[in-house]
Amino acid sequence: MTQERPSQICIVTVTGVDKVGIVAKLATVMARANINIVDINQKILEDTFVMTMAVDIAGAKIGMDKIKASLDAVGSQMALKITIQDENIFKAMHRV
Amino acid sequence: MRISVEEVYETVRMTLDHHFDIRTVTLGINLKDCIDRDLAAMVQRVRDRIVQKGQLLNRCADRIVHKYGIPITNRRIAITPASLLLEPLPHTKATVVRFAKALDAATRKADIDFLGGFGAMVQKGTTAAEENLIEAIPEALSKTQRICGFLNLASTHAGMNMNAIARMGHILRDLAFRSDNGIGCAKIAVFANVPEDNPFMAGAHHGIGEPDYSLNIGISGPGVVRNVVAKNPDCDLTQLSEVIKRTVFKITRAGELIGREMAGLMGVPFGIVDISLAPTTSTGDSVAEIIEAMGVGQIGSPGSTAALALLIDAVKKGGAMASGNVGGLSGTFIPVSEDEGMIRAVRAGTLSLEKLEALTSVCSVGLDMFAVPGDTEPEVISAIIADELAIGVANHKTTSVRIIPAPGRKAGDILHFGGLLGSAPVMKVPGTSAARFILRRGRMPAPISSLRN
Repeated sequence: MTQERPSQICIVTVTGVDKVGIVAKLATVMARANINIVDINQKILEDTFVMTMAVDIAGAKIGMDKIKASLDAVGSQMALKITIQDENIFKAMHRV
Repeated sequence: MRISVEEVYETVRMTLDHHFDIRTVTLGINLKDCIDRDLAAMVQRVRDRIVQKGQLLNRCADRIVHKYGIPITNRRIAITPASLLLEPLPHTKATVVRFAKALDAATRKADIDFLGGFGAMVQKGTTAAEENLIEAIPEALSKTQRICGFLNLASTHAGMNMNAIARMGHILRDLAFRSDNGIGCAKIAVFANVPEDNPFMAGAHHGIGEPDYSLNIGISGPGVVRNVVAKNPDCDLTQLSEVIKRTVFKITRAGELIGREMAGLMGVPFGIVDISLAPTTSTGDSVAEIIEAMGVGQIGSPGSTAALALLIDAVKKGGAMASGNVGGLSGTFIPVSEDEGMIRAVRAGTLSLEKLEALTSVCSVGLDMFAVPGDTEPEVISAIIADELAIGVANHKTTSVRIIPAPGRKAGDILHFGGLLGSAPVMKVPGTSAARFILRRGRMPAPISSLRN
């Protein structure tokens, strides 16, 4: 029997202009780092394209700093702002 | 329930567009057990502890920044008031300056931004060691870079130490004249009712009622509050207060989470979240602009004090709901040089020194980072300090003064400090002097409202 590993959920946020290949590029970064994508949502808010991606980094092969660096590279390549933050910061701020 | 796209976007915009940050993580360190009659032995113990804990503070702060994506702008250390540590040592300036330099070297080695606590609690009277430290402040602070000083000169329970207040006019002028633009005075704040757990500089120290270590955190989001006020241009003031409360609740919760996790990582007790709104010179990160977004034409004009009172009250209510550990100063900072809106108002002639003082009667922090002409008499500097501290003493609140006498400058000139310290228009000080009042010295008795038992 395999032991279940606790999850560590982070939220990747993409803001900017919608274009072809955003999900594909992000999915590639995640797969390379052994990060599972849990959920994806997107909306137009205040005329800005916003996509959030919940990912589980518990089994990640690289640390947060390296993940962030890979996302920054995708961001500058596609002219998007991409951030990654532990889900608990959103829970603390938006859930009583 | 998973967090919605709207909620995520609101948080992300706070940091990306509205300058929300953790302004400081400040580790309070007790150094009482390092006291020794041999300065070299004490310096060795103090240096080892500051370097070790400072480096740990930096490592943990870096990890937290990566994890939560919220910037931590400053990493700081606050120590037991230095005057206590110097009590058993020879009362010479050389001893004080040597100790300050050792603290400065340790702070630099640990790559910590500032170390606070180089000061004394003298609200009622002054010991020989404290007097020696005060006399050495100009030399000690001008020969170091990262050391910040504080003096508690008054309290509601003790009254006001007018001997020390009279002396401070001379000390601050001496310190100011040791640098080109008086910038040395940015590194010292004098207080009434100083809190023991304030994480902000220049006034931070690790009070004698504190444990061995305490991790205190200062959050800051004037830009976030300004944005939410601007988005509600027509609601009434009751609703506006609610909107501000809700926003401050959110940023305080972020601060509490980060503070607790930092403390856990470092293996030290978590202290307090200071919810003060601290402006920076970045465009939009201004407390004055919040007041202006509320509908006051320019800060300093009639309506400013009432608007600031509403703002601070809403900030405290939102913060207190979010965290059981709100402490430190927890008011709104209105430093002139560090807030673009304040600078504009002084230059336009809308904000005078007198109105600035009135604003501090509802704002818990005091007259901060403002410049006065270089030829301002020491007794007038002392009188400005006495006025401000009297507001704190009479109203059971903290007030402080961080005044920059600008060498060779007159009212209307502009001092450029650069970086976080910004630039300060030199403010006009009324010509007549209160020297006869100040030079009476003695102790102003505690107000009747201090007798509450």
